[in-house]
Amino acid sequence: MNPRILGATIARVLRQLKHDHRTVALVVVVPIVLLLFVHALFSDSPAAFDRIGLAMLGIFPFIIMFLITSIAMLRERTTGTLERLLTTPMNKADLLFGYGVAFGVAAAVQATIATMAAYWIFGMNTGAHAVWVILVAVVNAVLGVSLGLLASAFARTEFQAVQFMPLIVTPQLLTCGLFAPRDQMAGWLQHISDFFPLTYSVEALRDVGINPSPTSTYWTDLAIVLAVVIVALVAAAATLRRRTA
Amino acid sequence: MGDLTNPASAISVDELVVTRGRKAVLHGLSCCVEAGAVTGLLGPSGCGKTTLMRAIVGVQIVQSGTVHVLGRPAGDPGLRARVGYVTQAPSVYADLTVRQNVWYFARVAGADSSTVDRVIERVGLVDEADQLVHDLSGGQHSRASLACALVGAPDVLVLDEPTVGLDPVIRAELWDFFHELAAGGATLLVSSHVMDEATRCDRLLLMREGDIIADDTPDAIRAATGTADLEQAFLRLIRAEASE
Ligand SMILES: Nc1ncnc2c1ncn2[C@@H]1O[C@H](COP(=O)(O)OP(=O)(O)OP(=O)(O)O)[C@@H](O)[C@H]1O
Ligand SMILES: [Mg+2]
Repeated sequence: MNPRILGATIARVLRQLKHDHRTVALVVVVPIVLLLFVHALFSDSPAAFDRIGLAMLGIFPFIIMFLITSIAMLRERTTGTLERLLTTPMNKADLLFGYGVAFGVAAAVQATIATMAAYWIFGMNTGAHAVWVILVAVVNAVLGVSLGLLASAFARTEFQAVQFMPLIVTPQLLTCGLFAPRDQMAGWLQHISDFFPLTYSVEALRDVGINPSPTSTYWTDLAIVLAVVIVALVAAAATLRRRTA
Repeated sequence: MGDLTNPASAISVDELVVTRGRKAVLHGLSCCVEAGAVTGLLGPSGCGKTTLMRAIVGVQIVQSGTVHVLGRPAGDPGLRARVGYVTQAPSVYADLTVRQNVWYFARVAGADSSTVDRVIERVGLVDEADQLVHDLSGGQHSRASLACALVGAPDVLVLDEPTVGLDPVIRAELWDFFHELAAGGATLLVSSHVMDEATRCDRLLLMREGDIIADDTPDAIRAATGTADLEQAFLRLIRAEASE
């Protein structure tokens, strides 16, 4: 990796995002609107909102960053900028980490705003400090970025890239413990969800939701999610070929 | 041709075989590109110009043969800072301004940021420098793409139809610039469909169906074909080849 190229790539990706006002607005506003819905849905059960709203704070960044990244990377491939970059001194890691860091920063801003809204507007309560919630949200965003980078290799059009979202996100969403506690699920389903990273981030959020400070479960869960991030990034690097037919 | 020992050639291609899809595009092509000169690459659409250029910059999977640039195998990491490539379709970020694009490629190439404005001026985009590429005209778009390759001041420039869609004035200015770069020691390989550009090259490579059918100076090609008009000369060469 080259710090100059990595830094330039982070700046470039953030500038692209900045020029896309609509996406910025969606990224910031949509989670708050959805929190409003969840809040209204559980208006007579604050405990349910504390549980479900909290899980959603981790899930938004994952979904949004997965979508944004897979489309941004697909554009690099289809507009020829990727081919051009691969003829320059840029390393594959410069590009992948450039996206990871830039969208990670964007996710940190988003998660902070959404988390503040959850606490101050909707009165969410957690055992531990909000910082731990934001940390999970950022790690989840980076997870979305890395899976998005990987998924883009398997899509030829933006239309296809969008189709990957339900494929990759929905199974994780259904089994992560948000809709039904994991220990009440069928055994085989529980085994499948053991392989889904979102399961661990939702567990980490629950951990700081009920405990006054993060326990070892929290840190183990975060480590597992980060391990998945690394595997996805290595796989994404393998799909970036300098030479193509 | 394909003389690897020739010190005057910056690019040497030897017995290059490339298959794309199920089509054999290049079948044992050999050629050299002289250092410090502007070489034109001409030939009918689909003859393999882009494929050859992709092999030279090291992004094309090749079946056999060798390509050397500045004495190193094409695509060698040591070459990446020394070779600039402009793809046929403009490859810049549409959601960034011209200046932001050029700045980014300058940083990636390790060039000084002070060169950014100079290059933007040379491609004639001063008034558009802070406009999003998305909002540029077709010709402005391809000049933005050209600027991004020029900003690194590479020793070898591979330009795939860089002047397509440009008016004669800007085209003439860019060709002056290409010759300035060559005079400064750079090697340029420029593909084109426009005959008046062929006359401005120091040397020409004429391709047909994946083979080089002429490799000479414009004057020598005119003399050999017995016509003062390069367009006529090319048609004669291509027809003579086709009837063989
Ligand atoms: N990705 C690809 N897969 C399969 N075949 C391809 C691919 N790209 C190009 N070809 C084929 O390879 C041949 C050479 O293409 P190439 O792009 O090198 O031509 P060209 O000389 O640059 O043409 P033009 O002047 O129109 O740009 C063409 O017959 C084309 O159909
Ligand atoms: Mg071409």
